[in-house]
Amino acid sequence: MEQLVKLIPLFPLISFALIGLLNRRLTKTHAAIFACTGVLLSFIDSVLIFVSQSSHFHPVEVSIFDWISAGNFKASFSFLLDPLSSIFLLVITGVGFLIHVFSIGYMKDDDGFRRFFAYLNLFIFFMLVLVLGNNFLVMFIGWEGVGFCSFMLIGFWFKDQKNNDAAKKAFVMNRVGDLGFLIAMCLIFFTFGTLNYTQLFQPGFMSQFSFDATTITIITVCLFIGAMGKSAQIPLYTWLPDAMAGPTPVSALIHAATMVTAGIYMVARTNVLFSMSPDTMQLVAIIGTATALLGASIGLFQNDIKKVLAYSTVSQLGLMFLALGLGAYTAAVFHVVTHAFFKALLFLGSGSVIHSMGGEQDIRKMGGLKKHMPVTYTTFLIGTIAISGIPPLAGFFSKDQILSEALSHNPTLFVLGMLVSLMTAFYMFRLFFLTFHGKFRGTHEQEHHLHESPFTMTMPLVVLSVFAAFAGFIGFPHALGEKLGIHNWFDHYLEPVLGKTASHLSLSTELTMMGVTTALVVIVILIARHFYVTKATLPMAENVERPAVQKVIYNKYFIDEFYYNFITRPLDALSAFLQNFFDNKIVNGLVNGFGQVVVKGGAFVRQLQSGNINAYAITFVIAVILIFSIFIF
Amino acid sequence: MQLISGIPLIYYIYLSAAMFSIGALGVMIRRNAIIMFMCIELMLNAVNLLMVAFSSYMGDNSAQVFVFFIMAVAAAEVAVGLAILIMIYRNANTSDTEVLNQLKF
Repeated sequence: MEQLVKLIPLFPLISFALIGLLNRRLTKTHAAIFACTGVLLSFIDSVLIFVSQSSHFHPVEVSIFDWISAGNFKASFSFLLDPLSSIFLLVITGVGFLIHVFSIGYMKDDDGFRRFFAYLNLFIFFMLVLVLGNNFLVMFIGWEGVGFCSFMLIGFWFKDQKNNDAAKKAFVMNRVGDLGFLIAMCLIFFTFGTLNYTQLFQPGFMSQFSFDATTITIITVCLFIGAMGKSAQIPLYTWLPDAMAGPTPVSALIHAATMVTAGIYMVARTNVLFSMSPDTMQLVAIIGTATALLGASIGLFQNDIKKVLAYSTVSQLGLMFLALGLGAYTAAVFHVVTHAFFKALLFLGSGSVIHSMGGEQDIRKMGGLKKHMPVTYTTFLIGTIAISGIPPLAGFFSKDQILSEALSHNPTLFVLGMLVSLMTAFYMFRLFFLTFHGKFRGTHEQEHHLHESPFTMTMPLVVLSVFAAFAGFIGFPHALGEKLGIHNWFDHYLEPVLGKTASHLSLSTELTMMGVTTALVVIVILIARHFYVTKATLPMAENVERPAVQKVIYNKYFIDEFYYNFITRPLDALSAFLQNFFDNKIVNGLVNGFGQVVVKGGAFVRQLQSGNINAYAITFVIAVILIFSIFIF
Repeated sequence: MQLISGIPLIYYIYLSAAMFSIGALGVMIRRNAIIMFMCIELMLNAVNLLMVAFSSYMGDNSAQVFVFFIMAVAAAEVAVGLAILIMIYRNANTSDTEVLNQLKF
């Protein structure tokens, strides 16, 4: 068992090393085979472990080596396999493998094909380290590693400066969050003297230490700041929409299904700490709801197919944080799982569309793709229904669980969450109708070029759509489940790590809520259909003057401009000042000063070497006389 | 032999000091390389003279053997030095040290 756990991150690392080192010496086919095999083996390995542990879960600790041992600070490089990491392993390797397969077709003609797969494998490796780590430091390695891979992949087409800017933005924003994580790590060590999960979260371990509630609040807020950066929450979310500059499979894998959920994983992992601080929980719930609303409302007016999905991701992550803030950790992780399936599906579907459109991403220039791309159409429809939350597809169950938690805790948050899911249904169907229905609005060449994607691209779509359709049943709603005798497997499975879900609604309330939500979603979808199919209205062109409210939302609430004016520009000014004054004057002055002293001194001393022998002889004699006179007198 | 030992040691010392000083002064102020070379020889021989004089005074002949060796070595040194001077003269067409001052920074 231990050996199996060790192997999981090893496979992608080996394939990364192979592809990275051999690079051009490999054919594209071989590189693709190596990359996919590496992830597939990890996936099989994860499944084996999952199956062997499914009846009764023994958390497994695997120590690879002692990493740091300084005084009373000890950190070993060790892995922890428990239900939580096991779920994440399955999602990462499973979805990761499908996206690898998709990339073969999508990146077929790209020069950086091998480089792309090397990065993807490295990313999978770091992500696995992140979820497997048994202490905060190992998690931090993965945390930084995935940030780095994300940076490399956003800027994958580095010849376009726009992509590099997006990559830098993502990296810098993540660094802001990382600082919070680092501070939290230090505080945890100073308070509890260990960073090891198994030790730290042992029942009764923390009560041995004296600490006050404020310390826990500070620790959890710092951890949450880390999660904000990685999982794109207010105020650190603006990098995620820009991250769409990377190739579409990257958006699907890193910026929808896996890396951005690292923040959720981290909060779920440290749920013991979070549960001890109601203030932080409140903050998490509020930030999550605000982000969900913001993301969903911006998504309503975006015209770039990937931007819509990106804001949708921001919004869904917000919902997950809402669940975390309510203490419904299982609901959040459940939504991570279902979201991974349908969002990866939607992104890959959009990739398939973009591929067919020859790189066009503006939905105003699409339309009528239904008859050209039947497989993409069907799978995209399944994904859209799933994310909108119509039973019995996956998104319904997870969203329902979050909403019912919200309803039993705080009706205001429930209403806002409901609003988010309605907006989600609207913008997703707006995207869907504009892309696949109506008449084709692109150029003639584009229309001629339209084609269904090759098998390597449609196969992952089909598999993902099956999961997006049926994955919800692993977390069947409690009240209804009890009535029908269907067990909520997911809650039960994660109970050892995440604790029991606190609240259960009564059957009638739950059924009413489901009915009302579903009915409203259907109404919203019909409205979207009315606008974009029956009346065939088009979103406004770029240069048309918009009404005030819409203008603000269309421009993403001017948040980027706000950051630019109030954070970036002052920082730039400070840097310019430091460069012109401190660096150029003081630091350079000091260093150049030393140089000048030596140069000037040398220029003076060298005059003694005149080349005139007589002068040397005179100096010589005088010196000898002096030496002798010293000895004599 | 009688004549030489008749002269007191102090005169030898005076003579030798005078020769050495003349040599040293010549090296310091003359500009002609050959003259400077001769002055160096003068200094060398002043020391030789002093050595022989002391040897005779002490009644120890081994120093006189030393002096023979020194003269042999000096002859070799002169041969090398003059050869260098000739080469310099051929190249620079002068042996004036004011002109031969290229070997500097």
